[in-house]
Amino acid sequence: MHIPDGFLDAKTAVTAASLAVVGLGVALRQAKRELPPRRVPLLGLGAAFVFAAQMVNFPVAGGTSGHLIGAALVAALLGLPAAVIVMATVLIAQCFLFADGGVTALGANGFNMAVVAPMAGLLVFRLIGRVLPGQRGQVAAMAFAGWCSTVAAAVACAGQLAWSGTVGWAVGLPAMVGIHMIIGLGEGAISALAFYAVVRARPELAAGAVGSAGAGLVRYGLLATLGVALFVAPFACPWPDGLEAVAAKLGFEHRAAVAAPAWLADYQFPGIASPGVATAVAGAIGALVVFGLAVLLSWVVVREKREDDGR
Amino acid sequence: MSGIHFGASPAHPHAAAAGAGPRLEGLLQRLPAGPKFVALLVLVVGTAVLPVAWIWWHAVVAALLVTAIVVGQVPVRPLLWRLLCFAPFVGGAAVAAAWHGSTGPGWRAVALRGGLCLSAVVVFGAVTPFAALPGLLKRVGVPTLLVTTLALMHRYLFVLSDEAQRMQRARASRTLVRPRRLAWGLPAEIVGRLFVRASERAERIYLAMCARGWR
Repeated sequence: MHIPDGFLDAKTAVTAASLAVVGLGVALRQAKRELPPRRVPLLGLGAAFVFAAQMVNFPVAGGTSGHLIGAALVAALLGLPAAVIVMATVLIAQCFLFADGGVTALGANGFNMAVVAPMAGLLVFRLIGRVLPGQRGQVAAMAFAGWCSTVAAAVACAGQLAWSGTVGWAVGLPAMVGIHMIIGLGEGAISALAFYAVVRARPELAAGAVGSAGAGLVRYGLLATLGVALFVAPFACPWPDGLEAVAAKLGFEHRAAVAAPAWLADYQFPGIASPGVATAVAGAIGALVVFGLAVLLSWVVVREKREDDGR
Repeated sequence: MSGIHFGASPAHPHAAAAGAGPRLEGLLQRLPAGPKFVALLVLVVGTAVLPVAWIWWHAVVAALLVTAIVVGQVPVRPLLWRLLCFAPFVGGAAVAAAWHGSTGPGWRAVALRGGLCLSAVVVFGAVTPFAALPGLLKRVGVPTLLVTTLALMHRYLFVLSDEAQRMQRARASRTLVRPRRLAWGLPAEIVGRLFVRASERAERIYLAMCARGWR
């Protein structure tokens, strides 16, 4: 999801960079005020951990492999301000050390992956964790949060590419979000399993971040809403030309086939004329399916480990 | 939090293995990081913003990059390898831009800009030690907490990567038969334990920093 150089025009790059800088500034101020000194080195180690964890490969079908992205996991384990700082540091290093992600796109990448992704992840983690009880609830919340954070960052990324005129919204959104709905499944599963490993090894580490950060969430929420309003809202209106409408239709069918049962692609939603709304409905159904998968995963994993404990 | 000294750390033994190791002997490598960083920003921002029709600008950037490679004696093969690693991103976006039709900047523009900027960053990384970056950022006025995090991350990046690899080796040597249902459970367990070890190491680092008079 790292946007390279030359993909964003000046207005998008500058706007996204300003939002990212504000987000990082809020996180730094909050961390300086609230983070106890003994947890300051944990920020650097957390960033190094994200790098190292990304080198652990997870086998996917056909000899390929995937890896953790880490925004939601770090947000759940360290809290939001720390996660924003950690992910921003990782992105800066990826940009200048490994040439992953462009210099002019660093602000946009930072907004997507260091502000939107941890925020969406933590919000979902807290909400679901509050609704579902016990350790299973925590694991299911982590799985769903990992998926949501990946998809949210992908939506922001597609919006920025569309606002720059590089890749049209009608093409970019289904492509970006469709792919990341699949990548997000892996991200959610890895996050949940790793989170559960931490819970079993050192419960107090996982519990440390569960405390409240309500005021912080509101601030980042405002920021993310502003970003969504800028990058995404202009494209939520009816499609401007025939080519894009066709592409939207194609993209929608592709995505619906990915996200939901195949019959959905040919199904005419009653009373829904706009393909945009239909896409949103398909996305919502996809999210529900993934939520079911997350709960299923938590049941399988947590029960399995209980049997192991009896060994 | 003011006691951390950001100097050029001695060349890390694993830096070269990770493909991130700058060669420190060339003339270009010994230049201070600040001017090189400014030059990189000018090149990249110029390339991204200026119209593609100004082909002379892109020619000048390409010539400068080639000069930097020659003067800095940058090893060419790792450079090409890293460019190749990131080529699919540029290529993929170029294809997407081509599909988008005539309203966008066009796939040639996307490919040209993306390729040039990518090369610039890769060459910059090859002639500048990353350890110089925290000091530079601190002088520019970036908040200390972020600079500390960046410096600590760079210090422990390779330590933790080694640790992850050691854990994977140990796990592989103990796991004779790998059941399918554990194909993701085992690596995830390693990721989780890695976080536990990272936070334990952070505690030790905090105590060590305090012992050295940090705040």
